[in-house]
Amino acid sequence: MSTKNWPLWEIFVRSKNGLEHRHFGSLHAADAEMALENARDVYTRRNEGVSIWVVESKHITASNPENNGELFEPAQDKVYRHPTFYDLPDEVKHM
Amino acid sequence: MSEEQIKNLEKQFEERIARDEKIEPKDWMPEKYRQTHIRQMSQHAHSEIIGMLPEGNWITRAPSLRRKVALLAKVQDEAGHGLYLYSATETLGISREELYEQLHTGKAKYSSIFNYPTLTWADMGAIGWLVDGAAIINQVPLCNTSYGPYSRAMIRVCKEESFHQRQGYEIMMKLANGTPEQKEMAQDALNRWWWPSLMMLGPTDDKSVHTAQSMKWKLKRKTNDELRQQFIDQTVPQADLIGLTIPDPDLKWNEERQSYDFGEINWDEFWQVVKGHGPMNKERMRARINAWECGEWVRDAAMAHAEKKQQRKQKQAV
Ligand SMILES: [Fe+2]
Ligand SMILES: [Fe+2]
Repeated sequence: MSTKNWPLWEIFVRSKNGLEHRHFGSLHAADAEMALENARDVYTRRNEGVSIWVVESKHITASNPENNGELFEPAQDKVYRHPTFYDLPDEVKHM
Repeated sequence: MSEEQIKNLEKQFEERIARDEKIEPKDWMPEKYRQTHIRQMSQHAHSEIIGMLPEGNWITRAPSLRRKVALLAKVQDEAGHGLYLYSATETLGISREELYEQLHTGKAKYSSIFNYPTLTWADMGAIGWLVDGAAIINQVPLCNTSYGPYSRAMIRVCKEESFHQRQGYEIMMKLANGTPEQKEMAQDALNRWWWPSLMMLGPTDDKSVHTAQSMKWKLKRKTNDELRQQFIDQTVPQADLIGLTIPDPDLKWNEERQSYDFGEINWDEFWQVVKGHGPMNKERMRARINAWECGEWVRDAAMAHAEKKQQRKQKQAV
């Protein structure tokens, strides 16, 4: 049995310039450099990307779904943040 | 949590799935959902990994460079599929080491189809055409399964599978149109892989323990028998087209059902192979464990090297 296992890395790929990096999945690697190399082989065998980010999974802080109420519900009743909330006469064009 | 509270959470959970909402790793889930998914997803991952062995057997003996690059790319894809699925399984709170441990000790299963030997080059054709074909039929519905990481992994897998099946069928087609010896080789491979491929879609519905629960969680959208019928109906015309004969004397078109009737499957053979008595079970496990153990010093060295680099970086920063 190995003394130390390779840590887990989260892989983000930009599929083409102009688009954001998107989470593609994860993999194990000894360090960041190897994570990049492995990510190339695992997640971009068919030109899926032009840029890769790797982040060791333990560095990601995630919100807890149990707190979704207090985190996200306050946005639900703020209809005035949407353009459809405002009444304008039909004659107004392009607004 | 009280039993009452858990009941309540379970009810909400089932309702979410019924509404086609996805479940994500940090969401609350019934323990049985977690365990069932770990079992099915890891079994799937193990199958991708063990599945490389029968085909890896022929890479160095591919008859042309074209066939060799294709087979190599296919086997590499299967490694990728295994890795997508292992990391998706890890989101359920089990480590990669535990997953490997389960495979290597025989606690976890993999698809029984990979316990058959690959005797000739035509087997590469039969596997791509039939085994990947049956796998696609199994996998396409899983793209909509309820567990988010599994569904995302399956979407990626399914996108890559169709080349696997096409390269296999092309091999069969070429052989079937070749010399009499080549055609015989293709027919022989079909004869050997046909029945195991039908078994691959799982026990008949009356013998299948997990179907009802799996349907509810969208781990399954059609029953084993429905999938098997679909596979047969789509494959028989493909065999006809290249002049090969499906090795089933009872196979015939049923006008009324608009489907093929087919002969009895030898389920004794299936259960024998599942229980470890197939022709290649021991060899597959030996090869897998050997690769893992012989790779240990490489994994350790990589880790030691990474730590050394890290320390060097820290020293320079001081
Ligand atoms: Fe695969
Ligand atoms: Fe495949």
